[in-house]
Amino acid sequence: MSNVWRGVVVPWIPRAILLGLFAFAIFGPLANLLLWSVAEVWYFPHKLPLEWGFDFWRQVFKPRGNAMLSLNNSIIIAIFTVIVSLAIAIPAGYALARRNLPWRSLILIAFLLPQAFPSVAVYINVARIFYGFGLAGTYVGVVLVHTVQGLVFAVWIATAAFSAVDRELEEAARNLGASGLRTFMTITLPLALPGIMASAIFVFLISLDEFTGTFFVGVPDVVTMPLLLFNASMEGNYQIASITSLLLLVPSVGFMLFIERFLKADVLAKVGN
Amino acid sequence: MTMTSHAASVRFENVTKAYGAVVAVDRVSFTIEPGQLVTLLGPSGCGKTTTLRLIAGLEMATDGKIYIGENDVTKLPVTDRDVSMVFQSYALFPHMSVNENVGYGLKVSGVKKREAQERSQEALRLVGLSDLGERMPAALSGGQQQRVAVARALVLEPQVLLFDEPLSNLDAKLRRRVREEVREIQQNLGLTTVYVTHDQEEALAVSDRIVVMKNAAIAQEGTPRELYDNPADSFVADFIGDANIVEGTVLGSGGETANVRIGSLELELPCRSAAAGPAKIAIRPEAIRLSAGDHGAGMRGTVRKATYLGNHLEYTIETEIGQLFVSDPHVESPAAPGDAVAVQFERRGVTLISDQTGDTNGAPEPSAR
Repeated sequence: MSNVWRGVVVPWIPRAILLGLFAFAIFGPLANLLLWSVAEVWYFPHKLPLEWGFDFWRQVFKPRGNAMLSLNNSIIIAIFTVIVSLAIAIPAGYALARRNLPWRSLILIAFLLPQAFPSVAVYINVARIFYGFGLAGTYVGVVLVHTVQGLVFAVWIATAAFSAVDRELEEAARNLGASGLRTFMTITLPLALPGIMASAIFVFLISLDEFTGTFFVGVPDVVTMPLLLFNASMEGNYQIASITSLLLLVPSVGFMLFIERFLKADVLAKVGN
Repeated sequence: MTMTSHAASVRFENVTKAYGAVVAVDRVSFTIEPGQLVTLLGPSGCGKTTTLRLIAGLEMATDGKIYIGENDVTKLPVTDRDVSMVFQSYALFPHMSVNENVGYGLKVSGVKKREAQERSQEALRLVGLSDLGERMPAALSGGQQQRVAVARALVLEPQVLLFDEPLSNLDAKLRRRVREEVREIQQNLGLTTVYVTHDQEEALAVSDRIVVMKNAAIAQEGTPRELYDNPADSFVADFIGDANIVEGTVLGSGGETANVRIGSLELELPCRSAAAGPAKIAIRPEAIRLSAGDHGAGMRGTVRKATYLGNHLEYTIETEIGQLFVSDPHVESPAAPGDAVAVQFERRGVTLISDQTGDTNGAPEPSAR
C-alpha cells in the first residue's frame, strides 16, 4: 500500500497544488467580480453579500442610462478603429511583406514608437494638439488615438499574414493571366484573411480596453466603458464597476477563442519577421 | 483529343539576366522547335530555373531578345504571355477546389462559365482526375496535386508549357510513371514544352533535346544520344551519365578519326578537330571491359573495390592511368578485391573531349530560386 501511495499519489500533490493556485489566481478575481455584480448590500466585515439581486444589472442595461451609452460609444469607436487600422494595415502589411522596402525594420519599429514612451506624457500632448484642431472630445479624435495604438498589432500581424502566403501562388495566378489586383483579391487576400481577422480582433479589443488616451482626448464628451468603470470605482460603486468589467471580458474571451481556433502557427511564427 | 495545340517555337537571342552584379543567365541563345520537349539540365544555381522564368515572363531579361513563335515577347508582361507553368511546389490555390483551380485561368480570361466548366472537365479527364473536381488540394496525394497542376496549365491550351522540376516532390517509384505520363500528354497534344531538371536520367528519358547549363551559360545542346555519346567537355561527360576522365595523348588525326594513346593502349576515336598532344578522354563505366588474370590483352589493373548491385557489378580498378570506375553486367563471375584484371576499352563510350575542365570561367553562380 505504501508503495502505491508513493508511486501514484505523491507526484500528483505538488502538481495539484500548483494548478489550484493557478486557477485561484485566474478565477478568484473573476468570482469576486461576479459576486459584486449581484451584491446589493455588502460591507466589511461580512464574507458574503448581505442582499443579493439584479438591480444593478437592470440599472446598467436601462435603455437610456450612462452604461448603455458608454457601451454604445465603446463599440462604435472600436468598429471605426478597426476600419481605419485595417485600411492602413492591409496595404502597409502587403508592402512590408512583399516589396523590398528600404528601412523595412525601421518602419516596423516606427509603429512601435507610441508604445515606447510613457502614455500619459504622449496623450497629454496629443490632447493639446487635438484641442488645437478641434478634435478634443470628438469621436474622430478618440478613434485616431485608438488607431495609433492598434496599428502596431494590425501592421505587424498583417505583415506576418502576407508573408505567410507563398509567393509562388501569386506567380501561378499571374502566369494564368490574373492581373495584379485580381491576384491580390482572389489569392493573396483570402489566404491572408485569418491573420487579418486576428489583427482586426486585436485592434477591436485594444480599442475596447483603451483608457489613457480616451481619458485625455475624449472626456467629458466621449465616455467609453473603461471610463465608466473608472468613474464607478472612484465613486465606490463596485457593482457598476464589476458589471462593466464583466461586459468588457465577454468580447475578449470570445475573440481569444476565435484566434486560438483559426490562427495558424505559421502566421504567428512570422510576426515581427 | 478535343484539346487543340497552339504550339509555338521559343527562341532566345543572347539573353542575359543580371541581378545587380550577379549574372544568373549569361548571353544564352537557343531555339526550341514547335512541339518539342526540351530539357534545361544542370546543377542547382546554373541558371536553368531563371531561364524558364524568363520564358514565362516571371523574370524580365536584362539584355537580349526572347521570341515565342514570331512574336518578340521580351517586354511582354507575364499575364500577356500565352505560356503556362507547372511549378515545383505545384502552387495549387489551397482555398479553392480542384475545379476552381483548373478553371481559374479560364475565369480570369473571361471564358464563359459553361465553356470553362467543360474545358476544366476535359483537362481533368486528360490527367485522369475526372472524379476529384470537388476535392480541396490538401485532400489529394502529391501525385494527384501534380496532375491538377498539369491540368491547370493545359486547360489554357498554351503556346508553350513549362515544367519546373515537376517530379522533385514525388517519391522515386512515382517519378518514373509521372514522367512517362507527362511525356505522353506532351506528345499526344504536340505541345512545345520546356522542362527544368537537375536529374540527368529524367532528362534523358523525357527529352527531344537537352540543353545542359553550367555557370549561367549553355555548356552543350543536343539530343540525349548526342550528349551521352559525344560530350563536349568533362563537365557534360560527368553530368550526363558517369564518366572516367583520364589523361591521354593524341598521336595524330586523319579525317574522321584520331589515334589516341591512353596509358599503354592505343585507340582510334572519332575526331573532334584534335591537335596532337595531351588530351582528356571521357570513358563511360560500361565501356570498360574486364578480363580475369594478367595474361590477357589490355592494360593491367587490380581490383580495389567490388560492389554487387543485382543486375550489374561496380568495380574500382587501379591502373596505370589512375583509378577507373567500371560497370560490368557479367554478374555470374565476379572479381574480388585484389584480383588482377586486364582492362580494355570499347569504342562506343570513349570520347575525346575538349580540354576545359571549365570550373574557372563563367560568372559567379547565384543560388537557384
